[in-house]
Amino acid sequence: MNNLFSAATIFGIIGMAIRLAMPYLYAGLGELFNQTAGCFNLGVEGIMMMGAFSAFYVVYQTGNLFLGIAAAAVIGLFMGLIMSLISVTFKAAQGISGIGLTMFGVGLSSLLFKTLLQGTVQSVAGFAPLKIPVLGDIPFIGETFFQNNLMVYLAYCLIPVCSVVLYKTTLGLKIRSVGQNPQAADTLGVSVIKIRYLCVCIGGVLAGIAGATFSIANINMFQEKMTNGTGYIAVALVYFSGWKPKGVLFGALLFSFVNALQLRMQVLGINIPSDVAMMLPYILTIITLVFVQGRDAPAALSVPYERSEN
Amino acid sequence: MSKKYYPAAVKQPIKQLQMIDITKQFPGVLANDHVNLEVRAGEILALLGENGAGKSTLMKQLYGLYQPDSGRILINGKECHFSSPTDVIHAGIGMIHQHFMLVSNLTVRENVALGLKSSRQPFLDLNIVEKKMMEICDTYNLKLNPRAYIWQLSVGEQQRVEIVKTLYRGADLLILDEPTAVLTPQEVDEFFQILRKMAQEKHLIIFISHKLHEVLAISDRVTILRDGRSVGQRENKNLTKAELAQMMVGRPVVLQYERAAPSVGDVKLKIEDVWVRNDWGEDQVKGVSLEIRSGEILGLAGVSGNGQRELAEALAGLRKCSKGRIIIDSIEMTKASPYERILAGQSYIPEERNKEGIIREFDIMENFILEDHDKIPYSKHWILNFSNIAAATQKAVDDFSVKTPTLSTKVKNLSGGNVQKLILARELNRNPKILIAAQPTRGVDIGATEYIHRRLLKQRSEGTATLLISEDLDEIRALSDRIAVIFEGRIIGIVDGPTATAEKLGLMMAGVQEEEQK
Repeated sequence: MNNLFSAATIFGIIGMAIRLAMPYLYAGLGELFNQTAGCFNLGVEGIMMMGAFSAFYVVYQTGNLFLGIAAAAVIGLFMGLIMSLISVTFKAAQGISGIGLTMFGVGLSSLLFKTLLQGTVQSVAGFAPLKIPVLGDIPFIGETFFQNNLMVYLAYCLIPVCSVVLYKTTLGLKIRSVGQNPQAADTLGVSVIKIRYLCVCIGGVLAGIAGATFSIANINMFQEKMTNGTGYIAVALVYFSGWKPKGVLFGALLFSFVNALQLRMQVLGINIPSDVAMMLPYILTIITLVFVQGRDAPAALSVPYERSEN
Repeated sequence: MSKKYYPAAVKQPIKQLQMIDITKQFPGVLANDHVNLEVRAGEILALLGENGAGKSTLMKQLYGLYQPDSGRILINGKECHFSSPTDVIHAGIGMIHQHFMLVSNLTVRENVALGLKSSRQPFLDLNIVEKKMMEICDTYNLKLNPRAYIWQLSVGEQQRVEIVKTLYRGADLLILDEPTAVLTPQEVDEFFQILRKMAQEKHLIIFISHKLHEVLAISDRVTILRDGRSVGQRENKNLTKAELAQMMVGRPVVLQYERAAPSVGDVKLKIEDVWVRNDWGEDQVKGVSLEIRSGEILGLAGVSGNGQRELAEALAGLRKCSKGRIIIDSIEMTKASPYERILAGQSYIPEERNKEGIIREFDIMENFILEDHDKIPYSKHWILNFSNIAAATQKAVDDFSVKTPTLSTKVKNLSGGNVQKLILARELNRNPKILIAAQPTRGVDIGATEYIHRRLLKQRSEGTATLLISEDLDEIRALSDRIAVIFEGRIIGIVDGPTATAEKLGLMMAGVQEEEQK
């Protein structure tokens, strides 16, 4: 059993990676919308924590999982609106306002946890694995790919949806143009403000859902700071992706694979310090970011738009 | 949202546009003072004026970006109010901005489709867009690849994309803001043919410019603005450059300079087989050798993008040479830092004056002492001496007639011509042995251009060795003692300045050697 290279272990790691990638996909794709439209949202982590708490609390009270997801989405939307108000309308520096939003979200979720749930960790019945007929019965492969819960399947379905929206629709063309050259878009009658609000809000909704996957589609409990930096990794993933949905998928899988590997190595008792193992995914992120070429970056990323007076 | 693709049949074609008594006040400036303008179908109207004369403000009111304080805009005799670019596009007016409004990592057809309703909403219909776009291209003889990315296109091609974009939206009236500023002489000819074709097709064209020969070459009528007022409306018949220049500047302007024969001395700057790479690591300057002596102006002519920028940056110490040597005053300085070159007596007027020549957020005094702030009299023991700084800056501002309200005005509030005069004042204040001047008058109005040219000639008589890099052939011919032509990173030939013809230089700029021309 101690063999890292047995089929069971390898498929186990892959399966775990597929599930671990879920929050990165939701949050990363949301941030992709943000950044493609030229908005840099560092508040993802805070939105995720608020999403995680609101989904958990609603499910705890009602037992209805879909209501939980809806609550996370609404809270995400609301926080996206705050972010767009600050960074699009009031044109504040986006890096700082994002950090502020994260501190607000993380703090408020802890506060609510202490007041509404008296700070005790409890569990709920989250999304159960959904076995896909026939495919789910294939040995190893079925277990790895086709016995996941609904939110996992949805995360992967979101990739082609985002690709189509960004590259095949008139809306996507507007989004991309607003992130690259807002002046040009403005002269053609595209409302830079509306498009940016829309994208920051889409990002907020997806980040809220990403948070919900922690509390009701994975560990099914709520703890303070349980997202543990996932939101920041999602922001980094967008750079890693070269601003392409497929890149987000690849990055999320690579990252969660390394993460799953280190978790499994700890379980198997392979003799490396667990702190080093836990650093692995983060080191990987830093290394990849150094080598990522910024050529496809939205040219107007994090620059507030103003009609020039000259 | 209203429907945004308007087939020409639905909309009333524009036959006449009038702007009557337009007045627009900005804080502290009366930008337009009862300005009148009229243009009719099939006509090319030139709107002539110096920078800051109010041309752009007037056109932005027509394009719905500003609202006039008073005055009326009439289309076919009916009054119109525009509150946004969308209204204007709907009415059949299109504007081609001086800085192109294109999204560089989208394709040509995506740029054309941007902001328009698609025939199969919400999805894009790029193939249909492409077909309609190519019909327009055929009508006006515009050569374009609809699937190329904007960043792959030359400046001339990008301008064609702008034209197609405008026509695709059903524009009858086209406003062209300084459209030739970025084009090569050959591209300008092509562009004028397109304009004439559009006029034949009953479009109305407003051509904004401060280049006199172009205005004379292309327009049917000229409206001249000065200090916010319309000072003349003329048919383009028997007009002369001198007449136009006088109306535009308000005083007679000298367009040809008298130059004494050069009294050349020692070689001050020697460039030996210099190779320089561009931002993508490709060789852009491929073995350039030049010698510039004290008391002479060497003109470097060439179409933009043939290595001039990289060479200038290498000479300034901002870019590494991959091969070759740069020798200043017989000392090798190939690897010297910009600071060491400044100490060696070299001055540099960069091509991108707003990005590299000044710090926009700094005031005039701070910009004036950028290079010498650590030396007496500007500072001592690390402490700035503001009274000395103010005195020196005041003198320079007076000497170079920089128009500014105060010395502590931020440089971003100055016009392009005044910024350039300030840079010139700073660079010449040190009485340099060597002056590298890259596009010193690009986008600068005619009055300031005249002034800058006179200063460069004065510096020449004082013994400075000047390398004048310019894409403006008139400027090169008016100032240079010798002219070197650069093509694809190599010097294709060096000719005598006073006798070189525009045709000969034009051919050399296109890569034809002097000998081959015979």
